[in-house]
Amino acid sequence: MPSILAWSRIRSPWILYMCTGACNACDIEVLAALAPKYDVERFGILLKGSPRHADVLIVTGAVSRQVAPRLKRIYEQMPDPKFVIAAGTCATSGGVYWGCYNVLGGIDKVIPVTMYVPGCPVRPEAVIDAVAKLIAKLKSG
Amino acid sequence: MSYYQVPIGPQHPAIKEAFQFNFILDGEVIVDVKPRLGFVHRGIEKGMELRTWVQGIFLAERICGICNVPHTTCYCLAVEKLYDIDVPERAKYLRIIINELNRIHSHLLWIGILGMELGFHTLFMYVWRDREKVMDLVEMISGNRVTPSMNCIGGVVYDITPEMIPIIKRNLDYLEERTKYYKSVLEEDPSIRARTVDVGVLSTEKALDLCAVGPTARASNVKSDVRFDDPYTLYDTIDFNLITYDTCDVWGRAMVRVDETLESISVVRQALDKMRPGPINVKVKRIPPVGEATARVEAPRGELLHYVKSDGKETPYRAKMRTPTMANIPSLCEMLKGYHIADIPAIVASIDPCYCCTERVIFIDPNRGEKWVWSYDELRNYSRKYYGVGV
Repeated sequence: MPSILAWSRIRSPWILYMCTGACNACDIEVLAALAPKYDVERFGILLKGSPRHADVLIVTGAVSRQVAPRLKRIYEQMPDPKFVIAAGTCATSGGVYWGCYNVLGGIDKVIPVTMYVPGCPVRPEAVIDAVAKLIAKLKSG
Repeated sequence: MSYYQVPIGPQHPAIKEAFQFNFILDGEVIVDVKPRLGFVHRGIEKGMELRTWVQGIFLAERICGICNVPHTTCYCLAVEKLYDIDVPERAKYLRIIINELNRIHSHLLWIGILGMELGFHTLFMYVWRDREKVMDLVEMISGNRVTPSMNCIGGVVYDITPEMIPIIKRNLDYLEERTKYYKSVLEEDPSIRARTVDVGVLSTEKALDLCAVGPTARASNVKSDVRFDDPYTLYDTIDFNLITYDTCDVWGRAMVRVDETLESISVVRQALDKMRPGPINVKVKRIPPVGEATARVEAPRGELLHYVKSDGKETPYRAKMRTPTMANIPSLCEMLKGYHIADIPAIVASIDPCYCCTERVIFIDPNRGEKWVWSYDELRNYSRKYYGVGV
């Protein structure tokens, strides 16, 4: 039974996707990675609407003070094992929004992060690279 | 008769950004809508005051990643008014080209999103495949796919070389053909028509009353477009049409955007032909003189306004922006009333909401008592953290 779970997780990781205060540029680039030219669906990745169905949470944007408790709640609603990809410089460190009073900083201030993908905005190729590395990590256990 | 309330958001499958609606429902019918903004509020206006005038361009670009070019254009136009300088002619045409490429990408993106909201995933995939042609052009010109960082105070940074022009024209020809095809899809496809015709009606009077802007207003037969009303750069030398539809529904908003994409393609072609060799920017002093200025630009979603005030220091004394989605939210609440739950995604998508733009202002909620969603603990923790007192 555990081997079937691991196998299906490697073959088809389902992702959930959340914007915590990004400027939308990373969001459209993550979506472009799902669209035909870059097409991460060939790795079996499927975009899901509910945190309870998701294995991987992709977060874009610096965390604003308002959205931080929601982000935490969504992370807690995901079933184990769960992985978080911080997409973009803002999600990694707060980026260009330094000094803005409502910005906490990178998402690692709120939830643990598995993988950081820098870039302003993050390129679809970088998202694909992150996903491939995550799958390799899952394979190695 | 009892009403019930359905909160949707802040994380939900329909819109990528965090935003919450509280729908008051009578059975399936929407009686009232209470939007709650502020999840993506970052405090950019205050942040502008911490940055120098040049750093402000980069922050203005990141107010919204989709319509980043109008934001920088508008900010630079306002600051150039402070300096009282005139930008070279070639820079003005380059600004038109990059603005219109941005509009094409934004409108195509929106058509894809509409397809996704209607459950027509094939349309989304097709449109987003073709949209990559615009992204390739922007990348070729500036080196970055989404945020070109094209504008600077006094002109533009990157030039279009003669070798690029045939590539741009070839991609535009392809896009024109595809956009015409999408127009025929929107006009003829029975499932799209069934979901959008006579849905989310906003009458002309209501659109005027509620100060709708951009394609939302133009689909309600309001002739408003800053490119015509108050031409900036050199839009007055270019021949193009103001698109309006009188259907006042979601379908009309889709058609306005498709037709505008075709117009934008023709604007880029004309600007490429009219452009003459010359300088692309002028040098300016580091600090603008004391004064205040505003500039208006037609962003893909509607009228965008930037205000800057200088007190002769290295940073702006005040910067203020008014963005189109904020102006369209009252219209959106009006459109939703009387329709069914299943129409919500299509209607919400029809104003092309972009909350990243909207939420740089503090939204003061007049009915805070009844609408406030935070629990007492959250509010208390926030206030303690904000003032640096231990939790």
